[in-house]
Amino acid sequence: MAKINGKEITEAAGGPLSRYLDEKGYKRTYIAVEVNGGILPKTEYDSYIINDEDVIEIVNFVGGG
Amino acid sequence: MTNSEFINALIRRHGKDIYDRLISSKVAVAGLGGLGSNVALALARAGVGEMFLVDFDTVDITNLNRQQYDISDIGKAKTTALAKKIRSVNPIVRIRHKKIRVTEKNAVELFRGYELVCECFDKAENKAMLINTLLTSDIGSVVVSASGMAGCGTGNTIQSRKINDRFYICGDMVSGIEEGMALMAPRVGICAMHQANTALRLLLGEKEI
Repeated sequence: MAKINGKEITEAAGGPLSRYLDEKGYKRTYIAVEVNGGILPKTEYDSYIINDEDVIEIVNFVGGG
Repeated sequence: MTNSEFINALIRRHGKDIYDRLISSKVAVAGLGGLGSNVALALARAGVGEMFLVDFDTVDITNLNRQQYDISDIGKAKTTALAKKIRSVNPIVRIRHKKIRVTEKNAVELFRGYELVCECFDKAENKAMLINTLLTSDIGSVVVSASGMAGCGTGNTIQSRKINDRFYICGDMVSGIEEGMALMAPRVGICAMHQANTALRLLLGEKEI
């Protein structure tokens, strides 16, 4: 089962990352996505298919500094 | 005060080992607002040898509530105003600065050669842009970022986290200006000091939080 932001997500594996991001309402311009230890380029969000063993961290930035 | 008096004082406070490691280190600070002005000053006080300060903006009256500028800085470039402030507390730090807007196109070449980059922007999209651009490039820099420090809720939710060997992030991850909360000196300062402390630990070889 893929692990996303520390939680095991049953329905995510097998589908494209972009679908998961859209379903959860993430705005592409505000996020960085780490897959198994490296940042995934934004250009690969559509083509990347989530694997069963993936450990994914979606960092959703908020404004302020 | 002479430079050698200053150096001896740093060595007395921190010890020769820490002094030597910090004086030979280089840190870039991207964005010189509430986070960046505080991060840069703290690292300069600690004795970092070289700093690269980057911001496109000038000091505005609305910056005084949380940024390390004073009334006489209003209207000046943040880069030169902060460089002056840093020199007033550390006479030996080498400072490079550039008044420029950081973009996807120029980020990699701007920060090439810096082992450590502190992401101190204020807009969420600029934060994400810098992380995505630097960490999918070949430059190898470690980035200490920040997200979530608005308002005056408890300071105890602001934390430092390690995402991976090249990506650390400080903040509570949720308190953004999008929620209508103001940015205020204490909480922005707490977050900036988390960033500075994480940066310091990395420069001293401690890779875990």
